[in-house]
Amino acid sequence: MKDLTFETLWAVFEEVFGKGLFWAMVLAAVVVTLAYLFVLIRDRAVSWRKFLWAQMSMPFGALGAVLFVQWATKSSFADLGGPIDVIVMLMVAAVGAIGLAILVYTLEALLVRRASE
Amino acid sequence: MRDILKEAHSRRAFLSMAAGAGAVAATGGARAARAQVQTKAHIVILGAGAAGAALANRLTERLDGAQITIVDGRAEHWYQPGFSLIAAGLKPASYSVSQTTDWLPKGVTLKADWAAEIDPEARKLRLQAGETLTYDYLIVATGLTLDHAAIEGFSLDLVGKDGIGALYAGPEYAARTWQAASAFVEQGGVGIFTRPATEMKCAGAPLKHTFLIDDIARDAGTRGKMDLTYAANNNSLFGVPIVAEKVRMLFGDRGIDAQYAHVLRAIEPGAKRAIFDTPEGRVERDYDYLHVIPPQRAPDVVRQSGLSWADKWVDQGWVEVDKHNLRHRRYPEIFALGDVAGVPKGKTAASVKWQVPVVEDHLVAQIAGDTAETSYHGYTSCPLITRVGRAMLIEFDYNDNLVPSFPGVIAPLEELWISWLMKEVALKATYNAMLRGKA
Repeated sequence: MKDLTFETLWAVFEEVFGKGLFWAMVLAAVVVTLAYLFVLIRDRAVSWRKFLWAQMSMPFGALGAVLFVQWATKSSFADLGGPIDVIVMLMVAAVGAIGLAILVYTLEALLVRRASE
Repeated sequence: MRDILKEAHSRRAFLSMAAGAGAVAATGGARAARAQVQTKAHIVILGAGAAGAALANRLTERLDGAQITIVDGRAEHWYQPGFSLIAAGLKPASYSVSQTTDWLPKGVTLKADWAAEIDPEARKLRLQAGETLTYDYLIVATGLTLDHAAIEGFSLDLVGKDGIGALYAGPEYAARTWQAASAFVEQGGVGIFTRPATEMKCAGAPLKHTFLIDDIARDAGTRGKMDLTYAANNNSLFGVPIVAEKVRMLFGDRGIDAQYAHVLRAIEPGAKRAIFDTPEGRVERDYDYLHVIPPQRAPDVVRQSGLSWADKWVDQGWVEVDKHNLRHRRYPEIFALGDVAGVPKGKTAASVKWQVPVVEDHLVAQIAGDTAETSYHGYTSCPLITRVGRAMLIEFDYNDNLVPSFPGVIAPLEELWISWLMKEVALKATYNAMLRGKA
């Protein structure tokens, strides 16, 4: 790699997903994050009940993210060849776990709260 | 000293990342901030492939008022690193096809024609349709010619049938190669994988094809019915000794037989027989699948223009350029880029990525009446696929040194999933960004 700058990374990600999808995904991530911050501020406390459900969703997010990446790249667990491969897989799993947990917590806070009240 | 420079480079890369998106967005990136050079120069670029398109995009950012003409008769742009994937049934032919015009910047004139004659003394060239162009600066980025006729009995019509593959010839031929290869995977037999004795594009590709067919046959459960032979043109499996040794070990592991100093001379498609020139004379081998990569040469128009080396590669005709700045050694207003450049290594898109900024800097400096220090050290990279799901990210330079981009993180001689991910996911994206002049 030469000149690994943010501009390059941006350009690469735009090409990976296409301009439209990439920015849609960035937007979705921003919206979910903002919604999460919104419910935190609105409730002025972390709801441990909701957090428990979010935590329970994490393994599914982790596994889902790993399987999605493997499916998209025609690879399998048998292809892990060295430490960096395990690290990359754990990073994918962590992103999936945290992403799904935030999504579940936010959805619970926005939707289920109304129903249970 | 080299280490210090390398460290400075990687630290700079890290710092520029750490500087944050805000800072980069605010300045619009370092390149855009550089002042444009005013000029009325007419720059002609022969070839709108990876090198030509990338340079055109970068020059339009660096120069103000330049007249840039790009000459290429092919309407389609081919992402050639994808051919190996197409020829293994992993991607459709369309994966590598876009339009030449998709990648060219505004303000550049495209002549959809081929150069017929170059006159470097008079600084002009004639196109096949008859039009004459004069230039102040000429960039030769024509790519190379696949000399299929040099292999007796072979023609492109044969590709895809009767066990003949030839993935270099284009996306459609890569797809037809998979037709022949997949039939071979089902039926088994003798598979022979060749490479030419000339300089060639991506010397890793013949190896990748061999490894992929081996792996796909293992998956299909038919590997036991097969004998696979890799026919090297000389006494090595790869031009970089440390990589050649690693490949030799992998071939041993996979049960792939290596034949050395076997250069494909002729085929008898009816009899399914390949004829090789070897130091011991002609050798005949029967095949059920034969992968043909023909000798590769500079296009005739280049060879007839007097731009080629007179004492090197005389049967191939690569352009006589300085290997560090890619400027022609006899005509300082001419540069050569990409496959056609007469440098010891680097007929890959990865080389192009490193060559383009060098030519850009030297050309812009020359126009401004200045000189540039930028230098190309022969960087080439090859994500050498060793099976579906794994590759080795091999990067090296003119001196056969390994120059890993991620030392200590991505080991160059290890079969890794992350290297496969780079080839499968990030490479085309990086390539496209390069075409736009952004990587």
